[in-house]
Amino acid sequence: MGFKFDWEENKEKIETLKEVIEENRSKKGSLMPVLHRAQKIFGYLPIEVQSIISEELNVPLAEIYGVATFYSQFSLIPKGKYQIGVCLGTACYVKGSQSLVDKVKKELNLEVDGTTADGKFSLQATRCIGACGLAPVMTVNEDVYGKLKSDEIPKILKKYMD
Amino acid sequence: MNIYRSHVLICGGTGCTSSKSDKLQKEFQNLIQKKDLDKEVKVVRTGCFGLCEAGPIVIVYPEGSFYSQIKLEDVEEIVEEHLLKGVVVKRLLYKGAISEEAIKSIYEVDFYKKQERIALKNCGVISPEDIYEYIAFDGYMGLAKALTEMSPEEVIKVVTESGLRGRGGAGFPTGLKWNFAAKATGNEKYVLCNADEGDPGAFMDRSILEGDPHSVIEAMSLAGYAIGSNQGYVYVRAEYPIAVQRLQIAINQAREKGLLGKNILGTGFDFDMEIRLGAGAFVCGEETALIASIEGERGMPRNKPPFPANKGLWQKPSLINNVETYANIPQIMLKGVDWFKSIGTEKSSGTKVFALGGKIENTGLVEIPMGTPLRKVIYDIGGGIPNGKEFKAVQTGGPSGGCITADHLDTPIDFDSLVALGSMMGSGGMIVMDEDNCMVDIARFFLDFTVEESCGKCNPCREGTQRMLEILERITEGKGEVEDIDKLERLAKTIKDTSLCGLGQTAPNPVLSTLKYFRHEYEAHVIDKTCPAGQCKALLDYFITDKCKGCTKCARVCPSSCITGKVKEIHSINNKLCIKCGACMEACPFDAIILK
Repeated sequence: MGFKFDWEENKEKIETLKEVIEENRSKKGSLMPVLHRAQKIFGYLPIEVQSIISEELNVPLAEIYGVATFYSQFSLIPKGKYQIGVCLGTACYVKGSQSLVDKVKKELNLEVDGTTADGKFSLQATRCIGACGLAPVMTVNEDVYGKLKSDEIPKILKKYMD
Repeated sequence: MNIYRSHVLICGGTGCTSSKSDKLQKEFQNLIQKKDLDKEVKVVRTGCFGLCEAGPIVIVYPEGSFYSQIKLEDVEEIVEEHLLKGVVVKRLLYKGAISEEAIKSIYEVDFYKKQERIALKNCGVISPEDIYEYIAFDGYMGLAKALTEMSPEEVIKVVTESGLRGRGGAGFPTGLKWNFAAKATGNEKYVLCNADEGDPGAFMDRSILEGDPHSVIEAMSLAGYAIGSNQGYVYVRAEYPIAVQRLQIAINQAREKGLLGKNILGTGFDFDMEIRLGAGAFVCGEETALIASIEGERGMPRNKPPFPANKGLWQKPSLINNVETYANIPQIMLKGVDWFKSIGTEKSSGTKVFALGGKIENTGLVEIPMGTPLRKVIYDIGGGIPNGKEFKAVQTGGPSGGCITADHLDTPIDFDSLVALGSMMGSGGMIVMDEDNCMVDIARFFLDFTVEESCGKCNPCREGTQRMLEILERITEGKGEVEDIDKLERLAKTIKDTSLCGLGQTAPNPVLSTLKYFRHEYEAHVIDKTCPAGQCKALLDYFITDKCKGCTKCARVCPSSCITGKVKEIHSINNKLCIKCGACMEACPFDAIILK
């Protein structure tokens, strides 16, 4: 993938990360909270960020990579500007959310867990987000679209196109 | 203190927040202020009311008027008519709240009338962000009673005698767990709360944290006192931002008021707690995996024994219960063993919260006494199956559970009866399925889930579930063979017997249970190559009905040019050439193309 980490551009963020690490250093089991905060700061966890954490916390990089890849919430590639999530929880699935995933994939030519080349959209098939009363549900960043039919999707995506 | 003549309660659960209940709150406050009513009417953002189907929900007290699916533009009418003139706005009431011109309050609506709320007692009643409201509803009274009048042994005795069983899945007796942790030697012990509610379709733990976070804090403090621990951790799914936020507010408030921290209530007892976030791994709901995750490792289960009660977090004795279990405890402390045992069945006392979802009218959370028949939950409370469809099965226990068919609708639900039916209570997800759901496809769906979530530590779960999924995929794609069914059964048994943790040991359950009750559907897939429910695309054929107007749209989008017909005449599909892409169906503006 052609996502490059720019040290110069991320200078300030790296400083913030170091402060976060300082805050958490004395905590027992500090790795997960630090990774969460790091992902919030950078939007994802590139290997460069993992190396910084490794050095600062004195935890082997292999172990950090292991943790970062184990949990589905941590991402090693940048997420799109608009993060699309289609709920594949059971309640949504029995109401046909698979067809929503298929439609988004087709419309944006995008695979699940992928990001479009222009960095605009990323797609995730999420676990239950708990809005089962609205099933089937799709989210785009903070916006929630409930009781959705697949033919409504192109119109929704269009809103975020420009 | 200001006395208000009216309260407007707005649901702030995740479901209603998704349909913009936060904006409703602002609009109410705004208009109430404009009309100069802000000294008379108070707007409160509560936790989940439970009837998510009707969201966003607004309740106006003292009448208990139940407004449902309120839009931003409806707010003005409610303020103008109800709050100013005292006239209930009938057109906006929940449909079940009006009968023959009589208006029912929220408590008289069928959905609520038939429930019994213990764990959800305060959800949708109080503001979760105000500790005083919790205290006004007897909050922290149980803790005060225990700290001032009872010894730790007496606290454990009450929990034991109440018969409370763990609400997170297997139903292990809670008192026994507390006893083990209390007896374990060591000066450092931990109280853990499992709020890693991963079962898709279950959201009771989230609703409790969102609606009544103090009940969990109080119970964990009680547990700390009982087992001799001064530190608690709540492990919450990161996917629950509202719950995390409210729990943090509640912890801060409890600290401020001296209900957490040093010398609680002047009794010399110290207890504090911290939130730790999960990161989207289902297996972390398993207790030893959860512990590994708090320690900052990959969430992989560990061998038991040693059990967490002896060697848990950082190898120290640890007590771990789930959210709903904790939420019961303050009231047991306060109201006593006899009260709690009077509810439910002999072996499963108290209530259980279920999350109703899928093909059911009233999607939402219901809390009922143990032993309530399934039929009552689905028809009386849940309102039955929508669109006049036929009930097929209800799936309980999520990816670890199984399905219950129409024949067993009168079974009283408790921990043991569900296991006897080949399912399990699990955390309480209840997904209703109708005639349109293919049971083979549902089994495939759950296996897909477990394959994804298997942590990979032990071979039977890592490889075995993968093989099961491959077979199920074959079957749903119409490439299954008769032997596949036997293979599935054999694999299932091996995986159950040899997996390390609960995830693997229960992963085959959805397959075994659908095989037990819906074997004919499997056979239809492998022998007749048909999908009786009409779900598995590869086994269906496309047909054009006489709704066709001959617009030629379908023929133009068909990639394999298998649709023929003249303009303004009914078209037809050559099923031999059809690749079943579904493009024609999508393109048809008259819904004339069907799958059969």
